[in-house]
Amino acid sequence: MTDMPVLSVRNLTTSFRADGGWKSVVRNVSFDVAAGETVAIVGESGSGKSVTSLSIMRLLAEGSSRIEGDIRLNGRNLLALSEKEMRGVRGNEVAMIFQEPMTSLNPIFTIGRQISEVLTRHKGMSQSEARAETIRMLERVRIPNAASRFDEYPHQFSGGMRQRVMIAMALASRPKLLIADEPTTALDVTIQGQILELIKSLQEEENMAVLFITHDMGVVAEIADRTVVMFRGDAVEAGLTEEIFHRGAHPYTRALLSAVPKLGSMAGEENPLRFPVVDTATGITVQPAASEHSVVQHSPILEVRNLVTRFPIRSGLFNRQTGSVHAVENVSFDLRQGETLSLVGESGCGKSTTGRSIMRLIEPTSGEIQLDGFNVRTLGTLELQRMRKSIQMIFQDPFSSLNPRMTVGQAIAEPFLKHKMGTVRQARDKTADLLEKVGLSAAVMNRYPHEFSGGQRQRIAIARALSLDPKVIVADESVSALDVSIKAQVCNLLLDLQESLDLAFLFISHDMAVVERVSHRVAVMYLGEIVEIGPRAAVFENPQHPYTKKLMAAVPVPDPARRGLRRGISNDELKSPVRPLDYRPPERQYREVSAGHLVQVA
Amino acid sequence: MTVIEQTAGVEKREKSRAWGKLKKSRSALAGLAIILFFTLLAVAAPILPIPDPVATSWSAIRKAPSAAHWLGTDDLGRDILSRMIWGAQASLMAGIFSVAIAIIIGVPFGILAGYFGGWVDLVISRITEALLAMPFLIMAIALAAFLGPSLTNAMIAIGLSAMPIFVRLTRGQVLAVKQEDYVEGARSVGLGHLDIMVRYILPNVTAPIIVQATLTVATAIIAEASLSFLGLGQQPPAASWGSMLNVAKNFLSQAPWMAMWPGAAIFLVVIGFNLLGDGLRDALDPREH
Repeated sequence: MTDMPVLSVRNLTTSFRADGGWKSVVRNVSFDVAAGETVAIVGESGSGKSVTSLSIMRLLAEGSSRIEGDIRLNGRNLLALSEKEMRGVRGNEVAMIFQEPMTSLNPIFTIGRQISEVLTRHKGMSQSEARAETIRMLERVRIPNAASRFDEYPHQFSGGMRQRVMIAMALASRPKLLIADEPTTALDVTIQGQILELIKSLQEEENMAVLFITHDMGVVAEIADRTVVMFRGDAVEAGLTEEIFHRGAHPYTRALLSAVPKLGSMAGEENPLRFPVVDTATGITVQPAASEHSVVQHSPILEVRNLVTRFPIRSGLFNRQTGSVHAVENVSFDLRQGETLSLVGESGCGKSTTGRSIMRLIEPTSGEIQLDGFNVRTLGTLELQRMRKSIQMIFQDPFSSLNPRMTVGQAIAEPFLKHKMGTVRQARDKTADLLEKVGLSAAVMNRYPHEFSGGQRQRIAIARALSLDPKVIVADESVSALDVSIKAQVCNLLLDLQESLDLAFLFISHDMAVVERVSHRVAVMYLGEIVEIGPRAAVFENPQHPYTKKLMAAVPVPDPARRGLRRGISNDELKSPVRPLDYRPPERQYREVSAGHLVQVA
Repeated sequence: MTVIEQTAGVEKREKSRAWGKLKKSRSALAGLAIILFFTLLAVAAPILPIPDPVATSWSAIRKAPSAAHWLGTDDLGRDILSRMIWGAQASLMAGIFSVAIAIIIGVPFGILAGYFGGWVDLVISRITEALLAMPFLIMAIALAAFLGPSLTNAMIAIGLSAMPIFVRLTRGQVLAVKQEDYVEGARSVGLGHLDIMVRYILPNVTAPIIVQATLTVATAIIAEASLSFLGLGQQPPAASWGSMLNVAKNFLSQAPWMAMWPGAAIFLVVIGFNLLGDGLRDALDPREH
C-alpha cells in the first residue's frame, strides 16, 4: 500500500451554471499527491487552481456547480460520498488553510477553543485531553508561550501568528492531506518565509501529503516536489519542479517563468531593465533592450527633508491622546527627474504614509517638502490643487481605484478638464492619446471599469494619472495586486513611460525582486525610518543594514535547486511603531558606504 | 504593447443601457405597469365617466358591488370606484412627494455627516438620533397638527418624519464608500470636496437609497391614511385610500368591500414600488450581475 498516492485526481472537470448552460472552469485535470510529497498547482487568476482545490473538498455550492471525474483519497472515491460522510472527511482526513488569516478565524471564540473543537468533534477527545493536545499543537507551530495564549482571541494575534493558528487547527486532526490555498500571499515576505519553513518541517514530521496552491513561482520553487501549471482551466504542464523550471515545454510555462522577477538577476546592470516578453502562444522570448535612460545630470524635482508623520492614538473616557503611531520618522531623500526611487519595507513600515504625506493626502507632522518649486507643506487649498498637477498617484488595487459610475473616458478626462487645461475636445483627444500610450485602444472610452481586467484597469489608472502631465508619480504598490505576467507588462509600461515622458517615480513596494528590476535608487524603510538608501546596485549587491539583509534573505528564490536549504529564519514578529506620548525618537547617525549609499548605524 | 484583451459588451450610452437592463427585468416592468396604471387613473379622474366621488345617495348606502356601482358604495352611498380613482391622486402624491422631501433633505445631510466626520457628523448624527427616537407616526401627527390640517401639510409632515432614516442610511453608505481608493484618487488629482461628494460619493450610494425610497413610499401612503383618519390629511369629503380604509373598518362585517378595494389598491401600489425599486437598483448599477 505504500506506493498508493494519498490523493489521486483523474480527469477532473468542474463546471458552473451560467446563462442557462454549463461553463467548465476546470477541464480534464489529473494529478497524484503521495505521502510526504508536496505538489503545487500554480497559475494566474482565473486559471482554475482554487476551484480545483474546492472541488476536491466538495465545497462548491451544489446545484450551481458540477464536478465530474474521479477524486480518490486513499482509494476512496470522494465524489461518491454523501454530504454527511464528506463532513467526516473535511477537517479530519483532509485539512485546508486559506489565504486570509485575518478573516478565517472566528473572532468571537478564543483560538484555544477553536482548535480543541476540532479535536473533540473529530477525535472524540475529552475537554482536558483536547486542551493538552491543543497546547502541544500550538507549540509545534512555534507559537511562543503557547499555554498562556490558549485563551486569547484572534485579534490579539498578528497576521503571521494567526496563520500559524490556522495551521495548528488544520493539523490538529492529523490529516493525511493538507490543502494550502495561497497560505502566504497575504503575509509579509519575512513572515512568508517563516510559514513556508513551518509547513515544510511539519510535513516532514507527519509524512503528510501537501497540495499547495499558489500564483508565486518563487514559492513553488521553495516548497514543491512536483508542479502542475494551470492556464485558463487546463493543466498545461505537469512534472518535477526542476523539470518545469529548467525544461518547461509549454509556451505559457515559459512566459510565466520569464515574468518572474528574480532577486540578484540584475547584477552588473546599471539602469532598470524591462521584463522579457514571451508570446504565450509560440513561446518565443523577446529580450527588450536595456534602458539608455540616464538621470545623473538632472537636479532633484522632489526634495524631502526630515519628514515626520504621526497619528494620535486616543483612548479612555475623554478621548485623550495616550500615544502616537510614529508612521514616518525623520525621512529625507531626493528624487530626480526621470529617476525611480523605490521605498521598500514590510507592512506598517510607513512607506505608503510617506507617499501620501508628500502629496498631502495625509497631513505631515513636520519636515520640509520641496516639489517642482512648491513648498508643499505651506500651500493653501487652491495652491494645493495646483500642486497636484505636478505629482500624481497610482494605487494598489485597480478594482477600487476607479469610480465604478464613471466611464473610462470621463475618468481620464476629468482631471484635465478640472484644471482647465483645455477644451472638451482637447480633453477627448488627450484621453484617446493616453489610452493608446498605455496600450489600450481609444475606442474603450465609453466603457465602464468593470468591463476590464485588473491589468487593464491599472493601465486606465495610469492614463488618468498622466492626464495632468505630472512630473512625479507615486506608485503605491501599483503592481502588487497583478498576476505575474501582467505585472511584468505593467512594469515595462512604466519604464516606457518614464523614458518617453522623463517621469520621476516614487515606487512604493514590498516586492524586492520587482524593486530590483525597476529602480535607479532604493530606500529601505523599517518602523518609519529609512535604514538604508543608495543606488540600486549598491543596496542589492552590498547590503549593510541587518534589516536589509534579513529582507533579502526572506525573498523566495525561483530556483528549485535551493529547495533543500533551510534558511533558519527566526520567528520574530514585526515590531509596532506605536509609542507613548513622552517618547523622543533617538538621533540617528548614517554612515556613507560608497557614493550615495547611506546606512543607519545608530 | 499589444496586450489588449477582449472584453465583452458593446458601447452604449448610460441611459439607454440602464433602460435596456430594466426592460429585461420582468418584475420591474410589472411594478412599473402597476404604478403607471394607478397614475394614469389618478390623472384621468376628471375626464373618466364616473359618478361624482362626493355625491351621497341615501338610497344606495353600503351596497355590494353591482352593475350600477362596480365596486359597491360606502356608508354615505358614495360610489367606491369613483372615490378609489379620485383617492389615487391623494395617496400617490402623499407617497411620492413626502419621500421626495425626505430624500432631498436627508441625503445631503447624510453625505455631509459621512464625508466630513468630526463635529459635522456629531451634530447631524445626534439630531438624527433624537428624531429617530420619536416614533415615526407620532412625529408625523405632531408635525401635521402643528402645520395645520391639509394634504400638503400632511405630506410635509410625513416627509420630515421619514427624513432621519435617509440621513442615517446615507451616512453609513458614505462611510464605506469614503474608504475606496477612488475617493482618495479624486483628491489626488485635485478635485474639491463638492466635486468629490457629487461625482464620486453620491452615485455610489444611490442603490440602497432607491430601495429604501420604494419601501418608504409604501409607509408614507399608509401614514397618510392614518393622518386622514385623524382629520390631519386629506380633508373630507375628498377621498384618499387611507381615509376610505379608516372609515371602512367600522363596517367590516356589514360591508367588507369598503375595506377590500382600498386595501388591495394600497397593497398593489406598494408592491409596484418595491418591484420597480429592485429593478432600478440593478439597472442603475453599471456592473453586471
